[in-house]
Amino acid sequence: MFYREAGDFSTTYAEDQQTFPIKFDRYRYYLVLFVAIFIVPFVLNDYWVNSLMMPFLIYSIAALGLNILVGYCGQVSLGTGGFMAVGAYSCYKFMTGVDIWWGGELLFRLPEFNIFFAVIMGGVMTAFVGVLFGLPSLRIKGFYLAVATLAAQFFLVWLFNRVSWFYNYSASGQISAPERELFGVLITGPSTTPWAVYLFCLFFTIASAVIARNLTRGAAGRKWMAIRDMDIAAEIIGVNPLKAKLTAFMVSSFFIGISGALFFSVYLGAVEVGEAFGIQKSFLVLFMIIIGGLGSIFGSFAGAAFLVLLPVALKVVGVDWLGWPTDIVAHLQLVIVGLLIIVFLIAEPHGINQLWRVAKEKLRLWPFPH
Amino acid sequence: MNEQLAFTIEVFANGLMAGVLYALVALGFVLIYKASGIFNYAQGVMALFAAMTLVGIQNGQVPFAHLINAIFGTDVHKFGWHVHSFLAILLTVGVMILLAWAVQRFVFRHLVGQEPIILFMATIGLAYFLEGVADLMWGSELKALDVCAAEGACLPQGMNMWLEGTTYEAFGYGFFIDNLDIVASIIAALLVAGLVMFAQYTKQGRAMRAVADDHQAALSVGVSLNFIWILVWSLAGFVALVAGIMWGAKSGVQFSLSLIALKALPVLMLGGFTSIPGAIVGGLIIGVGEKLFEFLIGAPFLGGATENWFAYMLALLFLVFRPQGLFGEKIIERV
Repeated sequence: MFYREAGDFSTTYAEDQQTFPIKFDRYRYYLVLFVAIFIVPFVLNDYWVNSLMMPFLIYSIAALGLNILVGYCGQVSLGTGGFMAVGAYSCYKFMTGVDIWWGGELLFRLPEFNIFFAVIMGGVMTAFVGVLFGLPSLRIKGFYLAVATLAAQFFLVWLFNRVSWFYNYSASGQISAPERELFGVLITGPSTTPWAVYLFCLFFTIASAVIARNLTRGAAGRKWMAIRDMDIAAEIIGVNPLKAKLTAFMVSSFFIGISGALFFSVYLGAVEVGEAFGIQKSFLVLFMIIIGGLGSIFGSFAGAAFLVLLPVALKVVGVDWLGWPTDIVAHLQLVIVGLLIIVFLIAEPHGINQLWRVAKEKLRLWPFPH
Repeated sequence: MNEQLAFTIEVFANGLMAGVLYALVALGFVLIYKASGIFNYAQGVMALFAAMTLVGIQNGQVPFAHLINAIFGTDVHKFGWHVHSFLAILLTVGVMILLAWAVQRFVFRHLVGQEPIILFMATIGLAYFLEGVADLMWGSELKALDVCAAEGACLPQGMNMWLEGTTYEAFGYGFFIDNLDIVASIIAALLVAGLVMFAQYTKQGRAMRAVADDHQAALSVGVSLNFIWILVWSLAGFVALVAGIMWGAKSGVQFSLSLIALKALPVLMLGGFTSIPGAIVGGLIIGVGEKLFEFLIGAPFLGGATENWFAYMLALLFLVFRPQGLFGEKIIERV
């Protein structure tokens, strides 16, 4: 009734193969885009941007990236926090001009990058690092690989803590984003406007989603899924596991790097690596894609939205309405998140995405379910 | 004797002692993994939970005191009694067995036959849940843990004077080793011996090994899978309690206790997920390796704190050459 494909005829291959072949889906997608681009920026205030929209958009990108690796290619990674740190620190270095030293002398200094390109470079550098740490995946599988990616997590955080070159020798050991603008509008720094940072993040989120969607339904994505479902069989039908796994690591790290760069430069502004990009972050993003649904683009968004909203909602209910102390609410939050994960895994191992799919199926038949 | 060499030997000995503690945590992982194929990430939090419960029972704290006070506006904190350590340990073991039953009944019974990765995620969820419950139950502040058999006969603290004295006379250099570490090593050795005896010579132990070998075959000869899994989780809970006592006595009961679970992971990778001796040897290698690396290379050349990542890097490099670990079963893949 509400959701139907009747009367939708595809007459060309292009029509048949588009991302949303059903008209209703397509219009819904356009509507969401329209609202996100043309309506939300005008009604936003500081609180909404900082506590909901920005974390949601940025974590969505990270979840998309991790979902490509875990959901599509089946390689479990616990190094997300570390990779986000790489994105953040590369973005910082490119924003402030990379200085190359040799033998105690300044060899040369790159010009300062525009913030847009600095964020992109954050992704590119992370892609390199991701491939490096993805190399062991060719020999190690399953849990062993998950633990091996922990090496990336701890090593990278340690590296950014210890090597002062990464934080431009600042005394505090923190990195803080200087004021940068795009088309004359401030994007980073303390005096930004909500709509500008929102649109900046939104652009990256939409671009990532479009790229991810098109990669995963193309040849690359099919190779990843073949590897995920059975690597030996995939190898026999001619999928090169080296290429497939490393491209998955590369693309995934690229997105994660972008999200790390945005997280630091636009969202937080100043970052201490152990705090912002610790092991907890890796688990958080992993939970997002489990709750949202492994191997789905929509699931990445749904999971990110869920886990961004949950603490805010709990805080509103617990602290503001019931007036409980914040530490109790924080502990309750742990309990609830843990319970939710277990309940989700038992009731619906395929996450919110599967719920949505079932709902769509129901809506198609409604009100005559037979 | 050469000063530098003596230092190195001392670092080596301390590494061995730290390794024993890693091995203790790793042991809990191996027990569960062998019997049920579940990679139990919550092992570290179980150690934290056990240690906090022990302290809470000892001091006569009211469970969930903060929560109760917040909801009902009361002001209760303590029962006002002090429980003897021995009784408190027994009670804590009881709590851990209850926990094992609950975990089996409410979580993993519903997840039988799921993919290993789903089970792993469930244990992460369990870890969060337990951590939150532990904090709500007993409060999240740092607690001192002391286990005393009788008045004045507690777990020893400080360095061993006797060892320092004798080694000073023998080599002209006194070795510095914590009393607690020595006790921990002895207890760990006893625990491992006990576990091995249990697995080899008792009926339940044999059933446990049968389940580890082949679930279906064990079922068909009349072993109750459910019971064995509860047994294994209880054993893992007991091991967690021992590890929690040792770590807690060393550095206080606090959140960082649950992070030792992460340190146990490279230990497992080195030793192989399915081997009890592997967990011990892996723990010793990691303990010694990271202390020696920090002492010889990390502190002088890399700016220190290399202990954070050395274990993982070592395990990573090691796995590239031997993917199943030192003692793990050979990985055979059939299509």
